[in-house]
Amino acid sequence: MSTAVAAPAADQLRRTWYAFSRNTGSVVGLAVVVIVVLATALAPWITPFPRHARAFTDFEHASLAPARPHLFGTDTIGRDILTRVVFGFRFSLLLGVVVLSAAVPTGVMLGLVAGYYRGWPETVIMRVTDIFLSIPPLALALAILAVLEPNLQNAMLAVSVMWWPWYTRLVYGLVSSLRNEAYVQAAQIVGASPVHILLREILPNCLPAVLTKMTLDMAFVILIGSSLSFLGLGVQPPDPDLGTMVADGAKYMPDLWWISVFPGLGILVIVLGFNLLGDGLRDVFGVEV
Amino acid sequence: MRYSTYLLQRMLLSVVVLLGLSALIFLIARVIPGDPARIALGPLASRTQIASLRTAMHLDEPLYRQYAYYLGGLLNGDFGESLYTRRPASADLRELFPSTLELVVYAGLLMVVVGIPLGILAASYRDTWVDTTVRLISLGGVVTPAFVWAIVLMLIFAYALGVLPVAGRLSPGVVPPPVVTGMITIDALWGGAPSTYFDFLRHLILPAVSLSLAGVAQAARLTRASMVDIAGRPFIEAARAFGISEARIALKYMLKPSLIPTVTILGLDFAALLGNAFLVESVFNWPGMARYGVEVILHKDLNAIVAVVMVMGLFFVVINFLIDILVGYLDPRIRLRQMEDAA
Repeated sequence: MSTAVAAPAADQLRRTWYAFSRNTGSVVGLAVVVIVVLATALAPWITPFPRHARAFTDFEHASLAPARPHLFGTDTIGRDILTRVVFGFRFSLLLGVVVLSAAVPTGVMLGLVAGYYRGWPETVIMRVTDIFLSIPPLALALAILAVLEPNLQNAMLAVSVMWWPWYTRLVYGLVSSLRNEAYVQAAQIVGASPVHILLREILPNCLPAVLTKMTLDMAFVILIGSSLSFLGLGVQPPDPDLGTMVADGAKYMPDLWWISVFPGLGILVIVLGFNLLGDGLRDVFGVEV
Repeated sequence: MRYSTYLLQRMLLSVVVLLGLSALIFLIARVIPGDPARIALGPLASRTQIASLRTAMHLDEPLYRQYAYYLGGLLNGDFGESLYTRRPASADLRELFPSTLELVVYAGLLMVVVGIPLGILAASYRDTWVDTTVRLISLGGVVTPAFVWAIVLMLIFAYALGVLPVAGRLSPGVVPPPVVTGMITIDALWGGAPSTYFDFLRHLILPAVSLSLAGVAQAARLTRASMVDIAGRPFIEAARAFGISEARIALKYMLKPSLIPTVTILGLDFAALLGNAFLVESVFNWPGMARYGVEVILHKDLNAIVAVVMVMGLFFVVINFLIDILVGYLDPRIRLRQMEDAA
């Protein structure tokens, strides 16, 4: 059923897009995500002061309030905030992508195995998952960062470790009901291997829910990541990170408010984009995550 | 299985979770390079000093014995000495945790008394401007980190309007009440100092509001969604057919069942407040666990880190257990299902 249906598939896609585009929120979300991704990809060319993205000082233009040519103002050592916010999106996206590409395959595989094979694999995997889910999220990340050096890689590691169980639980729930479907039983009867059944029959039917959750989780991972760097446990200076920038600016409140407020709005924009997009996908796919 | 057995089972799971968390931290702490005794004594310590501390810390014994000693300490509330403050970590936390807990409790109250009514309002006026407004508010709450709210609210209310204090727990010059519990609400009111309490409340508003906004948003969203879901059920039609007033239907027949998912998620949110309190406390200079937690992490002060993480874990587990009880009360089906399984 994969080759002969090119036209209906395109039709299906068009219909999905139609349903998606009826919802203003979803379209706004998609637009925000596309713009943010493009802006980060083109950051060295479209930002006004690309050199300000890293260590750079210009005390003559330090602590300037928002005005041309520094639309978001400058920080205490003269770096353009707008430039740094755009470059900061890079770290947010990087964190989200790395964390999810570590956590999702792990969680999904464990969920597939636990849901399909009853007995001890299910018991072991799901009990361990329960324990991980019962640990307060930030506490686990703090514990990991406590013993490792606080930096971007370790922040990614810490967030990944706390993220996979959610996918195990989601996929486990889906597989538990899918394994009794007629097409799965048919595959079993004709002697398909468990690997084939799990990856080719069951997994594709879990994908809409997993993709939707991934989109929503991009928002939450970025939120957690910015919180860690706000506490000084994530991206380290001079790299521009939105959370770190907010923390820097907080020291100079209220006079230099722009140092904190614009990066804060940056976090809001990127999280909002993924959140709206995820909500839109959820409605279109009709899945519960 | 009886309901009490069910609760007992949940309680056992909580204990397993705490053991799991303690084992996890122990393992992480033991795999890091470096000799804990050397770290504790500093670079100037002599070889004999280190050797005797290694013996005192049981570092030369097998790993499982070390874990047993460590667990024994945890059970007695003994986390060892903090290298950062040079005091027992448990004493540090006893001083700092109450003020964090107080902030978290107020934020949790806000979540319930603001979030749930907002959700009811949105569901009752579905697809009107009221609904849209509530939806926008909750979107704002969900997508903005607590520390950004903290900074924005501080700029507006403390600096621009000047109606609320900028930071701290009490105004300068206000004598703090004698420490009994460490929570000013109780200490001040118990000690008969209502003016101190009101001063404290003024300081509390901004941190508590910034901390609670995400939860308020979540509560409003969930309450609205489940009220809308339940509004379509036959038993609501039946109540309407009996001529029961809309307000009574909403508040009596729809609210209780629609609170079940809300309570479950809110419990998780409430427990998560303790983590987010880290962010808000550092903005408002609130004298709680947050600054201590961050400092000890940056100083690699293992005993204190274990103490902070275990306190967070314990809080999380206790809240989840209370939620299980509350959901059992709200949802008779849970209690009955347990009974039926027994039959």
